[in-house]
Amino acid sequence: MKYEAPETIDQAIDIYSKFNGSKKILAGGTDVLVQLRTDIVRPEMVMNIKKINSLHEFCIVDGYWKIGAAVSASKITKNTAFISEWPGIAEGVGLIGSTQIQNRATLVGNLSNASPAADGIPALVAANAKVEIVGQQGSRVKDVYSLIEGPGKLHLSKDEFITHILIPLQRDRSADCYLRFIPRTEMDIAVVGCGVNLSVKNQSISSAKIVLGAVGPKVIFADEAAELVLNSRLDKDVILKLQRMCEEIATPISDKRGSIRFRRQVAGVLAKRALQKAYARALEVS
Amino acid sequence: MAFDNVSAKSFKVVGTRPERPDGIEKVTGQARFGADAYLPGMLHGAILRSPHAHAKILSIDISALENDKSVKAVVTRNDFECNLTGEDWNILENIMAGEKALYDGHAIAAVACSSLLEAKDALKKIIVQYEILPHVTDVEEAMKENAPVIREGSARSSVPKGMHPNIVGYHESGHGDVEAGFKEADLILEENFRTEAAHQGYIEPHACLATMMPDGKGEVWCCTQGHFNVAKVCAKLLGSDASQIRVTASEIGGGFGGKTAVFIEPVALALSKKATHPVKIVMSRNEIFRATGPTSSTSMHVKIGMKKNGKITAAEGTFKLQGGAFPGSPMAESAMCAFAPYELDNVRSVGWDVMCNRPKQAAYRAPGSPMAAFAVESIIDEFCKRLKLDPIEVRLINAVTEGSKSSYGPKFQRIGLVETLEAAKSHPHYAAPIERGVGRGISCGFWFNFGGETCVSLALSEDGTASLSVGTPDIGGSRASMSQIVSEELNIPYEKVRATVADTATLGYNEISHGSRVTFATGLATIKAAQDMKKKLCLRAAKVWGLDEEAVYWEEGYVKPAGPNAGDHEPLSIADIAKTMGRTGGPIVGHYEASPEGAGVSFATHIVDAKVDKETGFTSIERYTVIQDAGKAIHPSYVEGQFQGGAAQGIGWALNEEYIYDKKGILQNAGFLDYRIPVASDLPKIDTEIIEVPNPGHPYGVRGVGETSICPPLAAIANAVSSSAGIRMKQLPMSPPKILEAMDDNNG
Repeated sequence: MKYEAPETIDQAIDIYSKFNGSKKILAGGTDVLVQLRTDIVRPEMVMNIKKINSLHEFCIVDGYWKIGAAVSASKITKNTAFISEWPGIAEGVGLIGSTQIQNRATLVGNLSNASPAADGIPALVAANAKVEIVGQQGSRVKDVYSLIEGPGKLHLSKDEFITHILIPLQRDRSADCYLRFIPRTEMDIAVVGCGVNLSVKNQSISSAKIVLGAVGPKVIFADEAAELVLNSRLDKDVILKLQRMCEEIATPISDKRGSIRFRRQVAGVLAKRALQKAYARALEVS
Repeated sequence: MAFDNVSAKSFKVVGTRPERPDGIEKVTGQARFGADAYLPGMLHGAILRSPHAHAKILSIDISALENDKSVKAVVTRNDFECNLTGEDWNILENIMAGEKALYDGHAIAAVACSSLLEAKDALKKIIVQYEILPHVTDVEEAMKENAPVIREGSARSSVPKGMHPNIVGYHESGHGDVEAGFKEADLILEENFRTEAAHQGYIEPHACLATMMPDGKGEVWCCTQGHFNVAKVCAKLLGSDASQIRVTASEIGGGFGGKTAVFIEPVALALSKKATHPVKIVMSRNEIFRATGPTSSTSMHVKIGMKKNGKITAAEGTFKLQGGAFPGSPMAESAMCAFAPYELDNVRSVGWDVMCNRPKQAAYRAPGSPMAAFAVESIIDEFCKRLKLDPIEVRLINAVTEGSKSSYGPKFQRIGLVETLEAAKSHPHYAAPIERGVGRGISCGFWFNFGGETCVSLALSEDGTASLSVGTPDIGGSRASMSQIVSEELNIPYEKVRATVADTATLGYNEISHGSRVTFATGLATIKAAQDMKKKLCLRAAKVWGLDEEAVYWEEGYVKPAGPNAGDHEPLSIADIAKTMGRTGGPIVGHYEASPEGAGVSFATHIVDAKVDKETGFTSIERYTVIQDAGKAIHPSYVEGQFQGGAAQGIGWALNEEYIYDKKGILQNAGFLDYRIPVASDLPKIDTEIIEVPNPGHPYGVRGVGETSICPPLAAIANAVSSSAGIRMKQLPMSPPKILEAMDDNNG
């Protein structure tokens, strides 16, 4: 196995795009090293990107929060300016693994692993986040939702990799939230996840995105449910309908982590709770 | 002087909480566990495992490895002893398959290479031809007439004729006339209960480093609860002598019964014998789940009759336990412990031992008792609800006391069940108001204790300090408590005693550290060895003074002349005698070797508050209190740790832990991600109260405490959850999907 640790992004592009064998990018290593150890992957080349300065960027550029691929989860969960703007995204990141894991794990890594149950993804999608991708042909920007192809798969060419996540600045009177369900209190994998991003006007919801995780091969937009809550103040009957709609839109599988019936039920409950929480937050900042 | 019955009545060191002797090494990461041993020329072993639940092994083709220079040795079943019978054969069959693979993960072959990666790659080149057979993993299914047969001829003689070959053991105990008892009852309740297999979940994997020389001399370093047993089993499986295989026990990162069994040591020795190099094997977590022993899964039926005032008139239970593809499930223990807390005129318990295509069950903390308590105590809780009785009062009305005839036969000596119940009744937890949505559960639990072969050696150093060698691996703080005992007996400071777990070449045979026996048996042995040393110290002083043995006596760390007639000698301290012992007659060593009798059983009462989120089925344990009779707590912090540990493991077992098999009999959750033991934040602070009702069979009154603490939790939590969810939970684990399902079924 070949190990590379380039120090500039150009070197990285050169090394990565020219290597034709199986390859893995190493940032935090909290997925890759475990997969190596358990013999799930055995790449011919591993490229460590932590030595590239620009991938440690975490700042606002041109109206976007720019988070580099080597930025650790705990850098995100400790950035008070970011948390106050995107509490839901920070919640998702803060649920990955444990404190120790978060000191190494990255949000780009969580996205690249493309698990249907990834805690980092639903809130990113609800926030309409994008990624910056580099490759032989130069760089391009793509939104997170359409980047994801399915479990473990992204729409990337063999020569491409992600350098940054771009999250638009939060609008006024708006807030997001991410909730997940696990049978324990931490160190677990989402049975259902739900990210919500909404804005309020005159105490009513003026726009909303509801994104369900772990109930399909990739995250699911609950658009009908989001439409339903528009212009509402989340009254009881709206909530009830929303819950039913989210139960129906979910397309989970039955496995060791939960049955179809259970996951649908919990998807409705989480959507309700995430929406209520985001709504309360949005009212607070209004 | 008669020293045999001399023991401290008021303690100076016993009952205090000195610092643990193994603390620094453990918190600095320097303690050496199973995987921490290295030798020059060491190879890495890896084991090929069956991907099928039940299959005939048609052939094992290792020809691809013959010219592979990285492969230093390959072993299959043919490399082990072929004339074994009984449990020896079972152990061999379990650690290396013979004609059939009996469960997903069953070992088929093993290799040794210079690196672990090479070893894992070599395994991929072994071609095994299987003929897949029908399988069964469910205990009820395995008993049915058309169930696939695991192995003919495994049934013990206790099994009635004409039963399915998978039914391999039968137990019956009880007394009185159950039918007559039920006729006296005002209310009879009966119910079926199920529990899934739970793994001990020790954090340290099984690991060993083994060397076997061509002349038959073997050395093993391994993490185990019983290294003498490892030597014995390895010798049998390899056709060697037990005394030729010297086994040293490493520090141990948890065992809970699961490390009483032998899995990899004979394989490592066999590989080493062929490779003529040391071989190290470390199991992965996946292998641990698939191929070491969880406890049994169960199917149980319990029927109890009660008077309106809470008095039980009759009790009956059937306990079916599957123990994997081998006989030996703890069904008799289930049957014996089920009703043990209650004085019953009419009681009958039946146990069935059943084989399935699952890994051979291994002991797990009070094997068999927690599940039985779950069934029985759930029904008692239901009685309390229906008859509007206080759960502690009902248990007090029926509680066994000294002289009661136990449900399993013998009369109880002095026991402390009532004391735990009284303490529970007056505990602030029981008096605390129950918040809305929260359920409170109570349960009692019972477990045995025993002695077993025990041998210790206590050596006096020239500087007056003492070195204690024990043969029972320290799985619960025994080096601290044994040092306290020596300190108490010899009147030397705790810090001046060093306790070591000696290897198998150093001491006589010691039974495994199991059955909560170490503080009782090794403790008793240590008291006796210290008394033996005191006798020798007196003899030595008498010799120095030119007196008869009777003319001296021991008092508070000194040998003194017995009276004016003995002469005017300055009392001699241990240090005084030690300083000159080389010249006055040689080393002074105290010994004890026996299988001590007099073990005392123990009871516990637990109180739990649980809150169920009725929308998601998520349970949080809000408050937990353990009250248990320890007889005498040598080191109360360790005792409290045992109480809390049992409760913590019980919480996991009750709420989320389970073996999940798919339709092909393949284990679906062979890792800590999906086999959910509790994480720290899942647990409340677990309150403890130590009750001390002395065991008359031990000089200090000690009872075993390690296991009883896991007997009540399943039931106590189920009672709390049932109360919070408003529905009786009859199946474990009570995971969120199962709670929602049960609530839905109830509403629908």
